[in-house]
Amino acid sequence: MALHGGQFTRMRIPVETFHLDNGLFVTLSEDHTAPIVAVNLWYHVGSANERAGRTGFAHLFEHMLFQGSAHVGVNEHFELIQRAGGTLNGSTWLERTNYFETVPSNELALALWLEADRMGELLPAMTQEKLDNQRDVVKNERRWAVDNQPYGTMLEKMQELVFPPSHPFQHSLIGSMEDLSAASLDDIAQFFTTYYTPDNAVLSIAGDFDSEEARKLVTKYFGPIPKGKGKPPLPPMNLPPVFGGWLREVVQDNVSLPRLFMAFRSPIFGSEEYYDASVASAILGMRKGSRLHRSLVRERQIAADAGAFTFDLAKGTDLMVVDVTARPEVSVAQLEEEVDREIELVYREGVAESEVKRAIALIETDLVVSLQSAGERADRLSMFATYFNQPGLINEQADRYRSVTTERVNDLISERLGEDNRASLLYVPKEGVETESVLAAAGTG
Amino acid sequence: MATTLRPKPGEARSYQFPDFRDEKLPGGIRLVTAPVVKLPLATVLVIVDAGSTSDPAGEEGVAALTAGTLLEGSTRFDGAELAEKFEQLGTSVESGADWDSAFIKITTVSDKLEDATRLLGEAISSPIFPEREVERLKAERLAEILQLETEPRGLADEKFSEFLYTPDSRYSKPDEGTAESVRALSRKDVDEFYRARYRTGSTTVILAGDISTDASRALINGAFQNWPSGAGRSQSLVAAARTPGRSIHVVNKPEAPQSELRVGHIGLPRNHPDFFPTLLMNAVLGGLFGSRINLNLREAHGYTYGASSFYDWRRGPGPFVVSTAVQSEVTAAALREILVEIDRIRSERISEDELSLARDYLDRVFPIRYETTAAIASALATLVIYDLPTDYYGSYRRNIRAVTADRVLRAAKAHLHPDQLQTVMVGDAQVIADSVADLNLGELRIDGS
Repeated sequence: MALHGGQFTRMRIPVETFHLDNGLFVTLSEDHTAPIVAVNLWYHVGSANERAGRTGFAHLFEHMLFQGSAHVGVNEHFELIQRAGGTLNGSTWLERTNYFETVPSNELALALWLEADRMGELLPAMTQEKLDNQRDVVKNERRWAVDNQPYGTMLEKMQELVFPPSHPFQHSLIGSMEDLSAASLDDIAQFFTTYYTPDNAVLSIAGDFDSEEARKLVTKYFGPIPKGKGKPPLPPMNLPPVFGGWLREVVQDNVSLPRLFMAFRSPIFGSEEYYDASVASAILGMRKGSRLHRSLVRERQIAADAGAFTFDLAKGTDLMVVDVTARPEVSVAQLEEEVDREIELVYREGVAESEVKRAIALIETDLVVSLQSAGERADRLSMFATYFNQPGLINEQADRYRSVTTERVNDLISERLGEDNRASLLYVPKEGVETESVLAAAGTG
Repeated sequence: MATTLRPKPGEARSYQFPDFRDEKLPGGIRLVTAPVVKLPLATVLVIVDAGSTSDPAGEEGVAALTAGTLLEGSTRFDGAELAEKFEQLGTSVESGADWDSAFIKITTVSDKLEDATRLLGEAISSPIFPEREVERLKAERLAEILQLETEPRGLADEKFSEFLYTPDSRYSKPDEGTAESVRALSRKDVDEFYRARYRTGSTTVILAGDISTDASRALINGAFQNWPSGAGRSQSLVAAARTPGRSIHVVNKPEAPQSELRVGHIGLPRNHPDFFPTLLMNAVLGGLFGSRINLNLREAHGYTYGASSFYDWRRGPGPFVVSTAVQSEVTAAALREILVEIDRIRSERISEDELSLARDYLDRVFPIRYETTAAIASALATLVIYDLPTDYYGSYRRNIRAVTADRVLRAAKAHLHPDQLQTVMVGDAQVIADSVADLNLGELRIDGS
């Protein structure tokens, strides 16, 4: 194996691409600084593709991919990768599902072979017993991460509040217990045949490998897998840029402190305006110098914590979310008033240039930090290839952020942070707080 | 056979942990530098021998509060100004205290490294611990403590430590302090703690990333020129068990859908000579995804999303704990399986297959652990904090490979103590209390409504 080059030139990483005849999109990025290689697969399917009555299925299916395939025994995928000295996992999101491993570079073939075996021949290994077992595991994952965790229902409550009924992003990602119980082996077969096809996937390899060698291995293992027959189109995803009002929901939950999540529809991930929104979000809630932290945590001392983030959805609409947890002595009404005032202030007066600079400087450092890890590089290559067919966008992120101006951020804020585009999801401690008075205090009746 | 399809590994490329230099600066600070050329980034990690085990009795949480307030105001800038200055440089300071040390850390792009490091050195050499900020951070800690009441994972961890160690052990209380101890802390306590502990003789600065050793030395000599000189105060640690035999505690959470379980006993100090065999033994027992406990509870029974065990390695003997969350109805059944696995690994030699899985994993995953400047800096901090030999990382993989099934069995017999197991369950007492009674886990106590 030739071990040369691969030196990153400041913040640019090398990117090569090719397609197999069966439609598999492959991206490669060499770096020989350590004998490590990351393999990462994105399937362009997520909870948005689930049919009615099968919420949680995309994620349950992700679990089944670790239960063996034609030539791999149950749990053997984990064992073989760990024996090789690798780390691995998978994750499911609204728009995609990914599977990834980082291994010593002399084990690249093993990682590719394992991924190809389950892409090509998963179904012979599927049994009712395995499905029942993983269904129990996933139900316990739901209990652990959602039901028995304070604010654990935030994602599903937020999806329900901000997306219209029947929108593909509206239903729960982890799924309901009923729907998980209903999932069958037939569903597995159908989902696999429809979505787990080479032409609906991106394979990325980042780290210490030889490009020629990697192409040969990919062609050998993935080449024989037949192309899919196409997937059903998603229902229309597009939504108006604003909610058209102020949506509100109050959740009485087993929590100690009130916490307000306020969401705004924002430009989809990858659009030019997305970067303005991302900077606006960082100005509001990234780190201690952000507006919300400075004002609500440090100066006014009404919040135990404050932040903001974007969902980074590439279809329909993205969401920008402000997240503020009250201090114990602060009432629910006061929490809402204080957050509203901050949002109103930035909406009316906009932000200053120094705030934009601070946000971009922090984001840029985070970008470089993330490129250190082969797994992160491979994941981002897959992401840009899956969403936009352009893995090379990985190298353009810093420039896109640098081109954001104060004027652009302020335009975004006046378009998206008004009262016609707010959704408040408010968690209040179960005992002693009346929902009606909370709503009355918030002025909605 | 289908397995013949499986690709064989190629020849492994050699890997070495980054070269580093360890020296004493003229002012007395210890400097460890690891130049790594990959991306234009560097991490500066300052560690001070002022962790939570240095908290004076009754002042539990002062180490964490001191580290937390360090960047909340200096003789030149207030806390908001400091945050703004660092963040304009694209970085922010993380500071805190764990059991064995206080840490202050930044990661910056190369061309901001000098400015950020100078600012850091100046700020933490001249903190003024404003009353208002000390009180604010105390209130934030109290909010965190309140939140634990409804957060079963954190609550289970905390209760486990409380039941494990005798009340006069620092390990029996949360590292950031209890509601009672935090309320009692004052600005003066913080200031005194800083003056007694933050000294050249107790401080190490670690630089990893895109900077040479010479440049690092010049930078730190300048940035830390006003760091208080002298030796830091030190303090001994009590880490005795609270209960001689087994006992079991239920923290009642009516209608909880799951029980958070913690089962274990006092473990070993980090410098114990059996570190490597114990590490491997634990990997087989509950450390890996393919460990006995996880495969049993998750894959064979579907009781849980995950189950694991670990030794919390500290200077003193930290806990050994098996940790999982199971559906309430199967709590006793899951607990029984955990006991079975602890007994089994003590009574018979692990198979060659299990040994090689754990050994190969720990050996071969080594390079993957040090991909980032922050990970390299943190590995170097481990050397300093636990006073490990300079060639610790050079010989790590050899030491892993030298562990045999016999040594694992000896470690299991010597360092797992079924007769001392403490069990904590945060869950619905009505559903779980009776069913666990016949497991012989000692006296059962139920807390809460």
